Amino acid sequence: MKHIKTLHTRDLKESMKKGGCGECQTSCQSACKTSCTVGNQSCENKK
Amino acid sequence: MIHQYRNNGYNIVLDVNSGAVHIVDNMVYDLLEEWEKEEKDKQAFLSDKDCFLDKFKRKYTQQYTDMEIKEAYNEVKKLMEEEILYSEDEYEDYIKQFKNRETVVKALCLHIAHDCNLACRYCFAEEGEYHGHRELMSYEVGKKALDFLIRNSANRRNLEVDFFGGEPLMNWQVVKDLVAYGRQMEKMHNKKFRFTLTTNGVLLNDEMMDFINKEMSNVVLSVDGRKSVHDHMRPFRSGKGSYDLIIPKFQKLADERDQTNYYVRGTFTHNNLDFTNDVMHLSELGFQQISVEPVVAAEEEPYAIKEEDLPLLFKQYDELAKKIIAKNKEGKGFNFFHFMIDLSGGPCVAKRLSGCGSGTEYLAVTPWGDLYPCHQFVGDEEFLMGNVFNGIVREDIREQFKKCNVYEKPKCKDCFAKFYCSGGCLANSYHFHGSILDCYDRGCELQRKRVECAIMIKAALAE
Repeated sequence: MKHIKTLHTRDLKESMKKGGCGECQTSCQSACKTSCTVGNQSCENKK
Repeated sequence: MIHQYRNNGYNIVLDVNSGAVHIVDNMVYDLLEEWEKEEKDKQAFLSDKDCFLDKFKRKYTQQYTDMEIKEAYNEVKKLMEEEILYSEDEYEDYIKQFKNRETVVKALCLHIAHDCNLACRYCFAEEGEYHGHRELMSYEVGKKALDFLIRNSANRRNLEVDFFGGEPLMNWQVVKDLVAYGRQMEKMHNKKFRFTLTTNGVLLNDEMMDFINKEMSNVVLSVDGRKSVHDHMRPFRSGKGSYDLIIPKFQKLADERDQTNYYVRGTFTHNNLDFTNDVMHLSELGFQQISVEPVVAAEEEPYAIKEEDLPLLFKQYDELAKKIIAKNKEGKGFNFFHFMIDLSGGPCVAKRLSGCGSGTEYLAVTPWGDLYPCHQFVGDEEFLMGNVFNGIVREDIREQFKKCNVYEKPKCKDCFAKFYCSGGCLANSYHFHGSILDCYDRGCELQRKRVECAIMIKAALAE
């Protein structure tokens, strides 16, 4: 495309199919304890 | 729903529901901005094409040629067809079903010590006492907590246990004994314990560092940044600052962990609104994993972040983002926790929208074994859910937290950041509004800014 550059992102809709295994880190166990940050967590179920 | 913004010379368009990120030129940016003003649905972009484009051409006749506008329109249309622009929100029923599944517990915040050797001015735990009395967790209570976790974790393999306080190093022997017990139990039950620890560093010694670096999958080291800032907010009870004592130890610990799987974690307040200088100070000390975040405090506290502080803080985040890009390009990059965003390998939509897990899969345990929805609720009897000996007895509290997700929060409905904060901290919502279904508004504003910066950094580093 000439006017738009799209970054590579995870397809969130597709993630409904195999998502929700719950093996990933709980938000508050990382560093914050006073906010909730999930966007930076890694998925542990990339099958 | 889209969110478009300009930052550091980038025109960014986030397709909220698919998570797609587009970097666009000025013309596409203007086109989308004008389309947003129309307040029409996606289909109308096709059916009302001529009318809309005529209007756009008239307005931008000086800037763009008809040919360019046609190209831009076709590119936007293509993204819509691919469902990575104006994609629909198809998640609500899915999330509600997801939240109805069997409740398992997978993470505990163990309040190993309700006592502290510092007297930090902003401490939500009231110098470790949590509205109660000083007490250390016994090995017996800790064992029962780990047993409770295993018993309630169903088929989850990865179990998380955070040694928290107060100051956990004040109860070091119990920390070590519980790790040993956990290692013994994980083999028997086919589980994997991920132990973490949060410390102020005062008691940290070589023996502790060796143990921590061997056994803890993550460690949070509390330090606020510059010496003057740190010593003002994190003094000993005598009033003396703690910076000089802890910094060399934290540097050693971080180096021995190869600068990974830890955070130096600070809090900024109304007293140091120029917190970018604190982040950069920590970077200059050699730390590569840094988290510095806004204090959450009642309005009347002198150090609380005020509404009028926000414009300055937004500028600080912008400045920090630019510095991080520059450092990264020099090969001296570091991670800033709240700017870290995993666009391609991040969490599934269930994780993103179902909330933080407090009160259900994440619980806090007091030194005497009581269970609360999270560390921020400890000491508030209204939220006492049960104990590690008898399990959860207040199912009503658990149900209340279980139902909570972004679709139950009216303020999240039109917010682009909901896929990155999962609806925010329930404790903050409760403490500011008396309901876990609300949001801590000032925190939301800062969160949105951080997400914008985080995405911009990705765009800059993708060049």
